[in-house]
Amino acid sequence: MHVEEKRQLLSATEIDRTLQRLAHEIVEKSGGTADLALIGIRRRGVPLSQRLAQSIRGFAGVQVPVGTLDITLYRDDLSTVASQPVVQSTEIAFPVDGRDLVLVDDVLYTGRTVRAAMNGLFDLGRPRRIRLCVLIDRGHRELPIEASFVGRTVQTSDTEIIEVRLKEIDHEERVVLVDRVP
Amino acid sequence: MLQRFRHLLGIEPLSAEQILFLLDQSKPFQEFNRHPLKKLATLRGKTIALAFFEPSTRTRISFSTAAARLGADVMNLQAEASSLRKGESLLDTVRTLAAMKPDGLVIRHSSSGAAEFVAERLEIPVINAGDGTHEHPTQALLDALTIRDRKGRLEGCNVTILGDILHSRVARSNIHLLAKFGARITLCGPAMWIPPELECLGPGIRRVPRIEEALEDADVIIALRVQQERMHEPSLADDEYIRGYRLTPERLRARPGAIVLHPGPILRSIEIDSAVADSPQSCILEQVTNGLAVRMALLFHLVGGATPEPRDAKDISHAAD
Repeated sequence: MHVEEKRQLLSATEIDRTLQRLAHEIVEKSGGTADLALIGIRRRGVPLSQRLAQSIRGFAGVQVPVGTLDITLYRDDLSTVASQPVVQSTEIAFPVDGRDLVLVDDVLYTGRTVRAAMNGLFDLGRPRRIRLCVLIDRGHRELPIEASFVGRTVQTSDTEIIEVRLKEIDHEERVVLVDRVP
Repeated sequence: MLQRFRHLLGIEPLSAEQILFLLDQSKPFQEFNRHPLKKLATLRGKTIALAFFEPSTRTRISFSTAAARLGADVMNLQAEASSLRKGESLLDTVRTLAAMKPDGLVIRHSSSGAAEFVAERLEIPVINAGDGTHEHPTQALLDALTIRDRKGRLEGCNVTILGDILHSRVARSNIHLLAKFGARITLCGPAMWIPPELECLGPGIRRVPRIEEALEDADVIIALRVQQERMHEPSLADDEYIRGYRLTPERLRARPGAIVLHPGPILRSIEIDSAVADSPQSCILEQVTNGLAVRMALLFHLVGGATPEPRDAKDISHAAD
């Protein structure tokens, strides 16, 4: 089985424009930037959260704190995998108590990653609020979880895969829909 | 691709890459242990059997705390309170524990090779928490983590190991580990405790009889406990050891940048002066903190994951031969 690219969903310019809009939405819906902090979920949520923060600094003149969350230890499928995944660091250098947190990830799919991320955050304290921002919502939820900020909603079949390729990680900048071909 | 391993029986059989993997994987757990809420559900439903056939305080508490923080349950066997007293064999005891279906076994025993002996006969991952004078791999890993945190590297570090090296499984595991990374190792202590064959454990190992010379270029000093309980031959008088090898502020003065490690329990009256043990150069408590992270990483990788299908009956009977 291999994967085959079906179509491009977002170009580099569209990714940038989408993130600019999401950054504005986050600040607007938060009524400002007080207590606001962004938490990028490893891996691709990390550069996305940094770009959102940079964008907010650009138009609001405020540096919003940004943290990085690794959800490996909170995954619900660990007892089903033969070899344990590699644990990465969580880097959140500010107290989360009372914070208005926005989790950032590239794709929202089953919702299980977000469930794990929330558990991870609760181990660090008691945030006032947690919302979710994703670049792509592709549906097929398995848990009652929705995003507050969505870049693009895409209808997909469950054999299809959304690949978000970011220059910081993939040395390429676009979002593509690929399909598994037998 | 990294070769994953099923047991941790010693440092000697591991590659430098496997050791680095474990050290790197300990980092997120170091950070986790600074969280206000130190409880994961990662190993929920798993049980870790701790079989300590020798007295132990810090290692046993460290493993049971590591298991608890990962959400695993612990079965605790302590030699003093067990049927070993009644004459049960090692194998019968661990088989009895295994019959309660733990997902991993941590074992400490006074016989060198006990962990390997058990690992060959059980279906579950086995972690050596010290076997005789052979190895104590988790101690070497936590020492390496401490050295790497403080010195930034293991490669090219000058490490002096001080004291009763002959009886020390900590020293043996440390020598194996450090030699794999090209550290320069100096062994110093009374001649009868520094057998010449130790130099053959790896490249870059030398024996130096005088402590002043052994500390001359040391970046790291590992002081060992004088292990009266393992000595069957006539041993050295305490005051003789103190005169020749006690780590004192005067002796340490030549190396203000060196760090001091000790596997504990420390004997302030013999191998290490209080002023050294409590100085900023001492990493003794940091070692304890790091030990927890190392053991969490180890339990996560060895005991976590899908429970393997039992081998068929033929294999089991073969393994028990």
